Amino acid sequence: MTGEPISISDKVEDIYRAESRRILATLIRLLGDFDLAEEALQNAFAAAIATWPRDGMPENPRAWLVSTGRFKAVDTLRRRARYGAIEAQLAKSPEMTTGEFEEAPELEDDRLRLIFVCCHPALSPDAQIALTLREVCGLTTEEIARAFLSAAPTVAQRIVRAKSKIRDAKIPYEVPVRGEWHERLEIVLHVIYLIFNEGYSASAGESLTRGELTQEAIRLTRLLIALLPEPDSEATGLLALLLLQESRRTARTSPDGEMVLLEDQDRSLWNRDLIAEGVSLVRRALASRNVGAYTLQASIAAIHAEAPNSSATDWNEIAGLYDVLLRVDPSPVAELNRAVAVAMRDGEVAGLRLMDELLETGELRNYSYAHASRAELCRRLGQNDEARKSYARALELMKLGPERRFIERRLQELGVTALNRKRDALNRTH
Amino acid sequence: MKYLCLVYTEEAKLAAMSDPEFEQLDADSLAYDKEMRDAGHFLVAQALQSVHTATTLRVRKNKLSATDGPFAETKEQLCGFVLIQAKDLNEALRVASKIPSARVGSIEVRPVRDLAESEPWDRRG
Repeated sequence: MTGEPISISDKVEDIYRAESRRILATLIRLLGDFDLAEEALQNAFAAAIATWPRDGMPENPRAWLVSTGRFKAVDTLRRRARYGAIEAQLAKSPEMTTGEFEEAPELEDDRLRLIFVCCHPALSPDAQIALTLREVCGLTTEEIARAFLSAAPTVAQRIVRAKSKIRDAKIPYEVPVRGEWHERLEIVLHVIYLIFNEGYSASAGESLTRGELTQEAIRLTRLLIALLPEPDSEATGLLALLLLQESRRTARTSPDGEMVLLEDQDRSLWNRDLIAEGVSLVRRALASRNVGAYTLQASIAAIHAEAPNSSATDWNEIAGLYDVLLRVDPSPVAELNRAVAVAMRDGEVAGLRLMDELLETGELRNYSYAHASRAELCRRLGQNDEARKSYARALELMKLGPERRFIERRLQELGVTALNRKRDALNRTH
Repeated sequence: MKYLCLVYTEEAKLAAMSDPEFEQLDADSLAYDKEMRDAGHFLVAQALQSVHTATTLRVRKNKLSATDGPFAETKEQLCGFVLIQAKDLNEALRVASKIPSARVGSIEVRPVRDLAESEPWDRRG
């Protein structure tokens, strides 16, 4: 190897991070099979690592990788050609075996096609989300499992089943026809919302947020809106919500990577451009007759975005909006957020009562934020034993470094060292 | 690609329909068969007699057993089928969604296993 092998391999890694899902989406269209496309993607990047240090970077790395992946897949099919059916498949696909790869405008839509296939109504809702996170966003099965509050093998099986249904029932690689847009879009919006959440509050690792995922979710929402045959208020509301949440990203982490709560954030760090765009989108969405869950959540985010500080925030308006949200789209997480808003409006005692009722239903038993929120209210009320118990439970459930350290700091402030915790645990078991 | 559309309904619900309603459903079904035929989707369709006429067979260790009734007792019973030709599942679902019985019962759309005809997705997307 000559030249600068380290910098080239860094570049390959950058391209993998930025482009691998887009390349995969195109390979799926060209090859007509998820697994074949995934293998082709890995082979293409392996070829890049082997040849780029020697030959230099191609002018258009993405086009090179797609083209290489496709030829590698053809090789794979040839090697398997002792099966007659695959010979037949090859023979029917002349464009797979000949011709140079060219960057056509429709390639940019491949991810949208992939999204609509992953969010196909013939797949179960759980499979739609898992498949989109895996194939479109490149999350690992483990990360998806945490986002879902479920077990990794369950998620893995869900993805395998979904892929085989796509192949065997022949779900086409296309965007829906006009008459089916609305119902298909609803599913896609929900999946994008969950993708954003994974980026906004990563499920594991050392980085609190994953900018590429939130950016991806925003880009996909913008693309969707641009492609809609007519404006959709919930798509607009979703974009508003994502922009308003994203506007706080820099302020949510301290320079040394620690988590900063909303009330402690330096609001001068909030991105005013994103807030301005988000607020104007919320207004547009609210003006339509169909005000849905995303528009309501965006309205709540807009109140935070425009408030000068936590105590000057209109918590009454926020609690009221959660009431409406719970009617439109009831969920235990929205109940939890409403309880937090009530605590800010009516005091910790009222908020804690709501939270305890909610935790009793068991639905949020494995939701770390429910325990962390409860702990925070107990701490403010001086109920240190209760606070410690809930922080400890939250800590058991948290996988993200900055969040864990935040909780550990709180526990230390309450006078509990790791050693004490262990002794407490031992005492409890005796 | 071929898809078998299995039509399930609650027989009690069918029995409760008035004569004109029932005749209308039959007429609509025949009309839609023709529509599917004209569009090139229709292969074969049949309505079935009531589930009380069903007999279920099993051969175990070369011994035949026949029992009265359907294979599985369910709330909805198989009452007919339509075999269609469609380019993919989206087209199949579009065709099947207009089968008149979908308004009374449910339609299970199942791709037919046909190895000779299997091919990758339509590349035009």
